[in-house]
Amino acid sequence: MDMLKRAMESDLYWSFRQSPVAMASAAVALSLILASIFAPLIAPYNPFDPASLNLMNGFSSPMEPNQFTQDVFWFGSDDQGRDVLSTILYGMRISLFVGFAAVLFAMIIGVVLGLISAYVGGRTDAFIMRIADIQLTFPSILVAMLIFGIAKGFTPVHLRDQMAIWVLIVSIGLSDWVQFARVVRGAALVEKKKEYVEAATLVGRGPVAVIFLHILPNVLSPVLVIATISLALAIIAEATLSFLGVGAPPTEPSLGTLIRIGQGFLFSGEWWILFFPSVTLLLLALSVNLLGDWLRDALNPKLDD
Amino acid sequence: MISYIIKRAMQSVVVLLAVGLVAFGMFRFVGDPIDNMLGQERTDADVERLRELLGLNDPFIVQYWDFLTGAIQGDMGVSFRQGRPALDIILERLPATLELATVSAVFAMVMGILLGIYTAINRKGFVTTTILTTSLIGVSLPTFLIGILLIYIFAVELGWLPSFGRGDVVDFGWWTTGLTSWAGIKSLILPAITLGLYQMTLIMRLVRSEMSEILRQDYIRFARARGLTEKTINFRHAVKNTLIPVITVAGLQIGSIIAFSIITETVFQWPGVGLLFIDSVQFVDIPVMASYLMLISVMFVGINFIVDMLYLAIDPRLRDGKEG
Repeated sequence: MDMLKRAMESDLYWSFRQSPVAMASAAVALSLILASIFAPLIAPYNPFDPASLNLMNGFSSPMEPNQFTQDVFWFGSDDQGRDVLSTILYGMRISLFVGFAAVLFAMIIGVVLGLISAYVGGRTDAFIMRIADIQLTFPSILVAMLIFGIAKGFTPVHLRDQMAIWVLIVSIGLSDWVQFARVVRGAALVEKKKEYVEAATLVGRGPVAVIFLHILPNVLSPVLVIATISLALAIIAEATLSFLGVGAPPTEPSLGTLIRIGQGFLFSGEWWILFFPSVTLLLLALSVNLLGDWLRDALNPKLDD
Repeated sequence: MISYIIKRAMQSVVVLLAVGLVAFGMFRFVGDPIDNMLGQERTDADVERLRELLGLNDPFIVQYWDFLTGAIQGDMGVSFRQGRPALDIILERLPATLELATVSAVFAMVMGILLGIYTAINRKGFVTTTILTTSLIGVSLPTFLIGILLIYIFAVELGWLPSFGRGDVVDFGWWTTGLTSWAGIKSLILPAITLGLYQMTLIMRLVRSEMSEILRQDYIRFARARGLTEKTINFRHAVKNTLIPVITVAGLQIGSIIAFSIITETVFQWPGVGLLFIDSVQFVDIPVMASYLMLISVMFVGINFIVDMLYLAIDPRLRDGKEG
């Protein structure tokens, strides 16, 4: 109760209530996330259970009873009679899972390297930051693609489809750590000079404890902002890779894979197979992005760019 | 200043060597190329012959040396998939990508600067608001969705422009171009817009903010006080000073355009290096992947080096011995 009361009275909550954009995007993002978590309960069909598929249901238009089976699909069905709504719900799960996991991975690498860089300084700092600078000159989607290609090559052939999701997470994560490292380093350099850090060192705390127990909690708010914006970017990166056919395998289609499949029906008039996954991806990326923008303004951390 | 240039050049070489190491690592340790090249029906003699041909039986150091000397001489190995030299395949596809990238860059520059100037001079009004809102939506859409949207509008619904390929291409031996025929130009329009849209928005915003800044400067006020017309002030005084930072940023963006051409080429099935790279990732064709990696790194490192040198030429603070 106490926590809740404090949260309700915080500046952050006040600024949230003041911003209709933030509230709307939070509502959209939250309902999409909940819908994908509870996909097995909400989805009208299980698109990956061959027993529930009926080829007669193929290419049903949205909201219209199928001409053979009279089944109604809200968002229509694809060539194999799969319910588009269900594939979107399951696909969004994979998109969000990859997005969250990739950001978490990037965050851990970036925060740890950023803290070490700031605390140790000297050659270590110069080395880490040089790597970061070099990586920044390449667009992150290109880095993700290259890492994906290399990592795919290293995976044994029979494991490639099973491992694809994890390879995807690692490549997107590795392409995105630089932002975290730079921001954490900047914030930690400021914190390092403060008296509480000196005090902690004086009472005999070791460097690891000082870094992670004392400095880390004080640099978290910019990390939160970067993480939110990175989530939107990671979702788009995953969708892009999967769309290009170098991401999620066909057995576990993400939103990007669904758009790739839907593009094939663009000319034959089955617009819903392409339209609904695209709109879902847009809503997801846009709402998370707007939320990140709001969070940046509300917390107002000093970001590099 | 000389020491800065040397230091910067050394750094570029180190980056390229590091990328070369990654590329070699891919050759040496990724999967078994024999599995990729030979099918199920193979004899041990076939396997052995191919291993010898590809140099897979040599010791590590020999392979590394072969790779380095080969790479410098332009030998990046034989494509696992097509059985031809990887670099030949890449060079054959390069004109398509460069043509697309150049046209997009020109589109982004021209449109970006024009729209930026317009929105800076007319700060309010319906047209400015529309341009800015559209650009915001344009930036938040993933590139491939923009491409699909354009295909839907201009190829499926209106039927004005082709949705894939390069159209008619004229071959000059080492260079191919689609710019000489109407069909080729028509095929180029949609991919070029898709690829250049993001950079156009970026340049537009930059021009807009730079120019708004400059229009507030004293010398503009003075020009106004002298009784010069708005047109002279805007175009003779303000625009000229806006363009210097724009050119440097635009230079840096050329690399991004080449990188993002991977996505655009896939959407429009444009037969360039980007599409080739995606194919090579799908089939784990290491030599082609590695060659692309090397090529794109050389381009990026080169562009960054040139831009840094341009800064050096423009910014006197860097020239006077201080390092940036």
